[in-house]
Amino acid sequence: MIRSITQKKSEEAIDLLLNGLNRIFIIGCGTCTTLTRTGGEPEVRALKEILSQKGKIITGTTVVPVACDNLTRDFLREFGAQIDQANCLLITSCAFGVQTIARQLRKMVVPALDTLFIGKETGFGMFDEICTQCGTCIIGETGGICPVTNCHKGLVNGPCGGTNHGKCEIDVAKDCVWTLIYNRLKELERLDAMRKYQKPRNHQGEPKPGKFKLPAA
Amino acid sequence: MIVKTPSKLEKILSEGHYGVTSECGPPRGSNPEHIIKKAELIKDHVDAINITDNQTSMTRLCSLAACIRLKLMGLEPVLQMVTRDRNRIALQSDILGAASFDIYNILCLSGDHNSFGDCPQGQNVHDIDSMQLAQMVRLMRDEGKFLSGDELDGKPQMFVGAAANPFADPFEIRVPRLAKKVAAGVEFIQTQCIYNLDKFEKWMKGVVDRGLHEKCYILAGLTPMKSVGMAKYMQKRVPGMDVPDEIITRLQGVEKGKQADEGIKICIESIQRLKEVEGVKGFHIMAIEWEEKVPEIVEAAGLYPRPKID
Repeated sequence: MIRSITQKKSEEAIDLLLNGLNRIFIIGCGTCTTLTRTGGEPEVRALKEILSQKGKIITGTTVVPVACDNLTRDFLREFGAQIDQANCLLITSCAFGVQTIARQLRKMVVPALDTLFIGKETGFGMFDEICTQCGTCIIGETGGICPVTNCHKGLVNGPCGGTNHGKCEIDVAKDCVWTLIYNRLKELERLDAMRKYQKPRNHQGEPKPGKFKLPAA
Repeated sequence: MIVKTPSKLEKILSEGHYGVTSECGPPRGSNPEHIIKKAELIKDHVDAINITDNQTSMTRLCSLAACIRLKLMGLEPVLQMVTRDRNRIALQSDILGAASFDIYNILCLSGDHNSFGDCPQGQNVHDIDSMQLAQMVRLMRDEGKFLSGDELDGKPQMFVGAAANPFADPFEIRVPRLAKKVAAGVEFIQTQCIYNLDKFEKWMKGVVDRGLHEKCYILAGLTPMKSVGMAKYMQKRVPGMDVPDEIITRLQGVEKGKQADEGIKICIESIQRLKEVEGVKGFHIMAIEWEEKVPEIVEAAGLYPRPKID
């Protein structure tokens, strides 16, 4: 399962975004941000309390099942009156959800979170970014581990000189991906794959912003 | 190895002399006096002077402009170029700019990560890596082509170098990695600072066993220690650096005022030992903000006078 990984904006940052907006409807998300405890029911409740104490009028709150789903519009319909009374929506979903709701409701939206990355759950409560959707996948040659995503320099021709006991020179909490690749290829007896010179990457594999349309059947 | 460029460094190495290089870091401002003064201190004792490219990601006067300063003094610069800050358009453009000023040496690097410097929130570019940069310079020089395949009007005549760190782990990857760099077109190597000579010799043996020393000149990198504090900092804080405890113990064994002298002594002894190592073709002496010591080291290591070439 992949999840959108988020972190809470600071109270000061939210105060700045809400400057002059006094009637607020708060929307949480029942999927990723509930799991990461950044925007589920308890976080929505806490925000309501904090903002009420600061004199804001909270016209209502809800937690939608999946904020980024097109069905969110239907779910929010029953809160129509409370939403109408608000002059902004404070949303504790990832930016996919915030943008979905902004498009559906045509109301001023304020994100309460910053969206960090699309993460793979790698252990209980642990999420790692393992793919950046670059459009030119090379993991067939790197033992199924992506250096474009996991090397801080995005190096595709092997490690830099800063590998530090198997960790990255800039963050001891992160593995040096080239050490992981080396170990994996060694285990698979495919170390020769590391000898291959990778040409300069095509950074326009899918020119930003990405777009996909299902071809006619 | 056949000489392919007008580089003085390449010529000296090809004639079988030990090559001696050093480096100067440009100033954090536009005043060129600093770089001129540093170059004056070392110019008679080295064959070429590396100019670092915003080392440790601290914004400085650019390497290219500082190299031009050296050219104006009649000296031989090595243009260090990192892939951290510029995409392939900017890199090719700067290579052509440097070549237009007859800069004949380039050192291709990926560069220290932004997070170490004064703009940690800036974008790391890394459009291409150091190996791809080396191959790109060779393509421009040997085939007269841009990366796109378009023809160049005037080829950059550059002797192509790169760095190698024999001490970063996994150790087993380090010789094959050099082989890959050589295959990409690297002609000379300046290594990471060497303090663990046993490990370096082990790496060199791997280099020689694969015949890489016959395809590429290896310049052993050395940085004299100024103090116990510096040695401890290098040991603990600089990633990929291997400072054995013996170095620290030896520096601790002399009184504080003599530690710098001891550091110089260690550096000279290292050079003398490394001269005996098969495949070592020269020395890259990085006396960080201590350029005035380079002549003393070069002389005491028996590397002076430097060969004169036409």
